[in-house]
Amino acid sequence: MKAIEFDGVTVRFPTTRIPFVKEWMVRKLRGTATADTFAALSDVSLDIERGECLGLIGFNGAGKSTLLRVAAGVINPSAGRAVVRGAVAPLIELGTGFDHELSGRENIFFNGALLGRSQRTMNARADEIIEFSGLGQFIDLPLRTYSTGMVARLAFSIATAVDAAVILLDEILAVGDATFRERCEERIRSFRERGCTILLVAHDLASIEKLCDRVVLLEEGRIVALGKPADVIRAYGERSGAPELRHDRSLSLGIPD
Amino acid sequence: MSTIPRVERNSPAAVVAIPEFCNAAGPGVSLLDEARDLVAHEHLLRSLVLRDLTVRYKRSVLGVLWTMLNPLLTMLVLTLVFSAFFRFAIKHFEVYFLSEYLPWIFFSQTTVSSMASMAWNGPLMKRVRIPKSIFAVATTVSGIANLAISCIPLAIIMLIKGAPFSSAVVFLPLSFLILGAFTLGVSLTLSSLSVYFADIKETYQVAVVGLMYLTPIFYPMSIVPQKYLWFVRLNPLVHLLQIVRDPIYYGRLPTSLDVMISSIWAFAALISGWLVFRKLSAGFYAQL
Repeated sequence: MKAIEFDGVTVRFPTTRIPFVKEWMVRKLRGTATADTFAALSDVSLDIERGECLGLIGFNGAGKSTLLRVAAGVINPSAGRAVVRGAVAPLIELGTGFDHELSGRENIFFNGALLGRSQRTMNARADEIIEFSGLGQFIDLPLRTYSTGMVARLAFSIATAVDAAVILLDEILAVGDATFRERCEERIRSFRERGCTILLVAHDLASIEKLCDRVVLLEEGRIVALGKPADVIRAYGERSGAPELRHDRSLSLGIPD
Repeated sequence: MSTIPRVERNSPAAVVAIPEFCNAAGPGVSLLDEARDLVAHEHLLRSLVLRDLTVRYKRSVLGVLWTMLNPLLTMLVLTLVFSAFFRFAIKHFEVYFLSEYLPWIFFSQTTVSSMASMAWNGPLMKRVRIPKSIFAVATTVSGIANLAISCIPLAIIMLIKGAPFSSAVVFLPLSFLILGAFTLGVSLTLSSLSVYFADIKETYQVAVVGLMYLTPIFYPMSIVPQKYLWFVRLNPLVHLLQIVRDPIYYGRLPTSLDVMISSIWAFAALISGWLVFRKLSAGFYAQL
C-alpha cells in the first residue's frame, strides 16, 4: 500500500513577474505576456510505502522543499500528479500559521483549525501538546514574547499531536536545543512504530541516516540517487566534493535495521 | 487538486475512510472540491471570522461598541452637513441615507479588505493546504455580521427621529444574502487579481469612491437627469442597495424587478469571481 505517489511531477515557477496591470496589458498587446519559467522539479516519480521514513537530501535549490510542498498540497504541479493517502501533518517552516498576538494556548486551537481539526479534538489534545512543548507557564503569554526555539517547540508539538498518517518534516531538526532535538527524534521513531509515513528534509546527515529507511538525492529538480541511507549519503558526499560532506562512517551511530 | 475520501477495501479497518488527496496538474480546483474543503475547514472559517470581529476593535477601549457608535457619529456629521448645505427635502434624511450607506460600507470595506487579507495570509497558504477562497468567504461573513450589528444603532436613530418601522424588515436577511453573494463574487475576483498585480488595490480604492458618487446613496434618484438614468441603472449597486433601503426606509417589500436584477448581478459576480479565482489560484504560490 503506497502512502505517497509522485507521478511525473514537474513544477515550473515563473522567473519574471509582471506586477502591474498596465504593464501586463502592454505586454499582452505585444504578445510577450507569458512569463519565463524555470523548473524546480522535473518529472519526479517516486513511491513511498506506508510506514516508510524517506529522507530527502541535496544542495540548496535542489527541489527538496518543493517536493515536500507538492505532497503537502500547497504547490500545484505544472505536470504530473501527487497522490497522498491519509491525513497529512505538514511541518514546513515551523511557526507559520501562528498569530503572534495570540497566546500559545490560543495558537494551539488556531493551528488545529488550519490543519482542519475541530475545537473538540484540540481540547482533548491541548494538555498533551503543552506538556510536550515544555513551555510551562509561557503557554498563556502572547507568542511575540517567545524565542525562536520556543515557537518551534510549540509548532512541533501541535503538528505531531494531531492524528496524521503522513508527516512532512522540513528542516525541523535544525531548530531547538539538543534536548528538544532528542525528543523530536524519539517522537519520529514512535510515529514509525505507529505506522506513519514520514517524508523528511534535513541537512543533518547523521539524523537522516539514523531515522530513514531510504534516502533520495535530488539535484536540480531530478532524482539522481535513491536507496539505502548510507549509499545515498556517500553519493551525495562524492558529488559535493567538499570533504566535510563526504560520508564519514562516524556519522552513523549504528541504528539496527 | 481534489480530495476524494475513499474506503480501502483490502485493509482490515475497511469501515474507516482514508482521505485520499490528489494534487494534479490541471485546469484548477473544482467547485465541488473547494466547497467540500471549505466545509472541512469550517472551524478555521469560524476562527477567521471571530478574529476579524474581535481584532478590529481589540485595541480600542470602546470595543465592539465602536461598530455601533460609528453610524451614530456619521449621522451627526451628516445631519450637520446635509441639513445645512443640501436640501433634498427628504423626510428622515438620516434614515434615508444610512439605510443605503451602511450596506455600501459593507460592500466597499469587504472588497478592499479581501485583498489585504490575501496578502496578509499569503504565508499561511504557502505552508498549509487550505481552501484558498476561505479568506474571501471569511471577510464577507464578518462583514455581514458587522452590517447586522450596525442595524442596532440605525434602529435607535429611527426611534429618536420617529421614523416608522415596518414588518417589511423581515425581508432584510434575504437582501443581505443577495448583497453578500455579490460582494463575495467581487471579492474573489479582486483578491485573486491582487495577488498578481500590486496596483489593483490602489486603483480599486480610488474607483470605489467614484462608484459611491454614482450610486444614489445621499441623493435621490429623482435628481438624476432623465437622459442619464439608463446609465446610472447599469450600476449593480443601485439595485442591490435599493432592496435594503426599501424595507428600512420606505417600509415596503422591494419590487420584484429590483430583487430579480440584484439576484442576477449577484449570480453573475459569483460565477465570474469563481472563474477568475479558479484560473489564478494555482499560481498563487509563486506570486505570494
